[in-house]
Amino acid sequence: MENFTPISALIGGLLIGGAATLTLWANGRIAGISGILSGVIVPGSSDRIWRILFVLGMLAGAIVYTVIRGAPADLELQVGPAGAIIAGLLVGFGTRLGSGCTSGHGICGLARFSRRSFTATLVFMATAIFTVFVIRHVIGAAA
Amino acid sequence: MNVNSNAGRLTIFLSGLLFGLGLVISGMSNPAKVVGFLDLAGSWDPSLILVMGGGLLVTVPAFHLVLKNPRPLFEEKFFLPTAQAVDRKLLLGAILFGLGWGIAGFCPGPAIVALVSLNTTVLMFFAALVAGMLLHHVILE
Repeated sequence: MENFTPISALIGGLLIGGAATLTLWANGRIAGISGILSGVIVPGSSDRIWRILFVLGMLAGAIVYTVIRGAPADLELQVGPAGAIIAGLLVGFGTRLGSGCTSGHGICGLARFSRRSFTATLVFMATAIFTVFVIRHVIGAAA
Repeated sequence: MNVNSNAGRLTIFLSGLLFGLGLVISGMSNPAKVVGFLDLAGSWDPSLILVMGGGLLVTVPAFHLVLKNPRPLFEEKFFLPTAQAVDRKLLLGAILFGLGWGIAGFCPGPAIVALVSLNTTVLMFFAALVAGMLLHHVILE
């Protein structure tokens, strides 16, 4: 557990929860990032303005962090270009088919005690843990 | 008043900003942290439990209180998901998402904030993420 960063993780989590609460309280929307992003890019979707503003806000947040810290956020990639493309397609298609991701199901849906979100969160967590196990300890051990 | 009002627009931008800041501060925008959490059999990094726990610590009580209001501040009504059924689409979607998340260590939010790195691999992941969403739209919507 030498990489454990409890303070920054907790502060970040509280900010994410606060942001999701503000989104619901002020604008009545669920801060599910996959849904927001697909509403920006899919042709003909309604209510595009608020989604674009939310995404721009996210980018602004990352830029503010970089300016205050004086250095970009840590970025240690786990895949090369081919892995990034395969994973990106899976995440994009899967989050639409499953109506949400870590934020929509994991943070907002669980807070609403949604059975769908509870199930989805368990399934994508378990699948991701299994996937990492296979990559690191089955394929990785054999390579 | 609605989200097209200036106050509504400013608030939604601020919400995005706080969300993005939270993702970066928490470490979720770094795939090594995410995979370190998912790797239970390796040198496990439990940080992400606190990210999700911190988020839920706020949203569980706050959503309950907020939804007691008749309507949000800048809209006529709350826009909440209506689907109830745990169906095959939900399960298959969660499996495909979990597979991609485990491979790259990126889910959609972190992929967006990591764009500011202008790293080529991040840009490729993001392009594929968009393509996957469009593919779903074309064949299933």
